[in-house]
Amino acid sequence: MTAHTVGPPLWLLAELTYRCPLHCVFCYNPVDFAQTQNELGTDDWLRVLREGRELGAVQCGLSGGEPLQRDDLEIIVAEAQRLGYYTNLLTSGVGLTEERAAALKSAGLDHVQLSFQDSTREMNDFLSHTKTFELKNRVAAIIKSQGWPMVMNVVIHRMNIDHVDRIIEMAAEMGAEYLELANTQYYSWAYLNRDQLLPTREQLRRAEASTAQWRERLGDRMRIFFVAPDYHDGRPKKCVNGWGSMFLNVTPDGTALPCHTAKMLPGLAFPNVREHSLREIWFDSEGFNRYRGTGWMKEPCVSCDQREVDLGGCRCQAYMLAQDPAAADPVCSKSPQHHLVVAAVARAEAQAPGPVRTEHPLLFRDPANSRRLAPI
Amino acid sequence: MTPLATTSQPRVGPGFRLQWEAAQDCHVLLYPEGMVKLNGSAGQIMQRCDGERSVAAIVAELEQVFSAQGLEADVLAFVRLAADKRWLVWA
Repeated sequence: MTAHTVGPPLWLLAELTYRCPLHCVFCYNPVDFAQTQNELGTDDWLRVLREGRELGAVQCGLSGGEPLQRDDLEIIVAEAQRLGYYTNLLTSGVGLTEERAAALKSAGLDHVQLSFQDSTREMNDFLSHTKTFELKNRVAAIIKSQGWPMVMNVVIHRMNIDHVDRIIEMAAEMGAEYLELANTQYYSWAYLNRDQLLPTREQLRRAEASTAQWRERLGDRMRIFFVAPDYHDGRPKKCVNGWGSMFLNVTPDGTALPCHTAKMLPGLAFPNVREHSLREIWFDSEGFNRYRGTGWMKEPCVSCDQREVDLGGCRCQAYMLAQDPAAADPVCSKSPQHHLVVAAVARAEAQAPGPVRTEHPLLFRDPANSRRLAPI
Repeated sequence: MTPLATTSQPRVGPGFRLQWEAAQDCHVLLYPEGMVKLNGSAGQIMQRCDGERSVAAIVAELEQVFSAQGLEADVLAFVRLAADKRWLVWA
């Protein structure tokens, strides 16, 4: 594929740090995140922002880990704003004090996405855990008082999906404009914990029914997005809207990736922004070109009439489930490995409602587990 | 929001930002995690929606700039559509 057919990286996601006060069991950060020691400095990030804008990036996501752990966040936001990005802070809210919010507002931050998650180990008390709720309520009020549009994001899984009704009610009470009910995607920590997190079809059906009722009740007041899980669907997703088509992710140590989790793929080197310009990275690197478009496909994708629609699904999922990054995404019913996905869902169905008993306990995303699972 | 009238003074809705985007060669509307590319006439209307000009004033200006007549219905239709999408608001 030649450079002139490739569009701009519209969405630049800056994962500023892997440091995080939370230990979410569905985190998509790499399992070996604790190996990352050398975070990019402020000047590197400012250069990355400039280079991204020159390439035509318009959306800048500031994420992590918990981006509020970076004390130069305000400087980064201010530069992103000056360059003409729409700036999105993706945060758990931990650390978003009134002072910090005011500083981010005056730096020009456009939008805050507040995520709800299991910030404690008392998973089953997720919705009744007072500490979490007080924090989120306080942070939601701070977000509203700064006049930011508020998107709430809740990662949905077997252990909280039955509370969707209450979650929607809570988001409406807090004045969210948008609510994303995002079913867990099974990568990294979520993949390790997959058997405990996969909901049953009946749970999904009830959650979707609740969502539909609330949509009717709330009308335009709050828009609710329900991101369906691809495991239950039989349909692959057009991952990041196509490899190297609009999404560019820079990890805390400067590695540039075409999706959040691509670093796991074998035999593929991803460039680092310390050594290459974003222009070289986006147009010329092997990492960004390997799975662009449809030229890399094999059967059943290459002759499939849906190949331009879903682009074969997710390369990471193909690698994790079929041990071949160029295979069809096994969530697709046409994949020769689709039975593996069917079996995982069947295991979820076979378990009694409630927490699943498995051989290993839930693995929380924390540095100790990271070092144990991925020793250097 | 009051019903749309030619006296309404629309402005870009909260959380949205309108800007000229050279890489896209058009006006775009940015919002949380998304972007809408505006066609030429939508861009011409939106960039005049500053909360001060009325719809009537915007129509008059466009008719003058483009030496055209009878644009009111088109402008009203666009403003109504944009309000449905929260791109525009007025008092």
